[in-house]
Amino acid sequence: MHLTREPIDLAALLERARPSDGGVCLFVGVVRDHNEGRATRAIEYEAYGPMAEAEIERLLESLAGRWPEVWIEIRHRVGRLDIGEPSVAILATSPHRAEAFAACREAIDRLKTTVPIWKKEFYADGTSDWVDPTRRR
Amino acid sequence: MTVRLLYFASFREHAGRSEEARSLPDGATVSDLWRILGAEVPHFAAFGVVPPAAVNLEYAPPDRALREGDEVTFLPPVAGG
Repeated sequence: MHLTREPIDLAALLERARPSDGGVCLFVGVVRDHNEGRATRAIEYEAYGPMAEAEIERLLESLAGRWPEVWIEIRHRVGRLDIGEPSVAILATSPHRAEAFAACREAIDRLKTTVPIWKKEFYADGTSDWVDPTRRR
Repeated sequence: MTVRLLYFASFREHAGRSEEARSLPDGATVSDLWRILGAEVPHFAAFGVVPPAAVNLEYAPPDRALREGDEVTFLPPVAGG
């Protein structure tokens, strides 16, 4: 399971590195206090759970085909998160760092465009709205 | 035929429901279904294009023919991370 309602355990994730790995790349996305000029207080993440799990599996298979030496783990929160909480974590561990960096970046970039997860921002002024990356306000 | 239709995020809020069983003419496609829904939900009619859709947990093109028992979802713009 890649989706979780519980806080992401980053220390446990780091322990997934193998003895043969010399480069461990951990990307953590956290909830920030603003977006597009507006102060935010929290974000609610919603997922189409079974499809999100399947899409992440397909993403992992694709990454494994491109970087066979890299081990990748993906965790994504669902539910309401406060400022500073990790919403997503991607671990890429590899014998050498170049592949770990590359695979980690590809993983987060593709996750954002293909995995059915949505977020609703709650603003300081009491309003809220769904984030639409295809629309520039 | 009858398909199971799921709604998420902004589409769920605009439709006012999270799922339903929907009867469709045999041979109906993903885009046919979107057109039918657009007649009921103004936000969908105003969406402009057929949004990405999933059939049975996989992305499916607009011309995909639906079958009895399919689980169908139209996906608002995804925003994970």
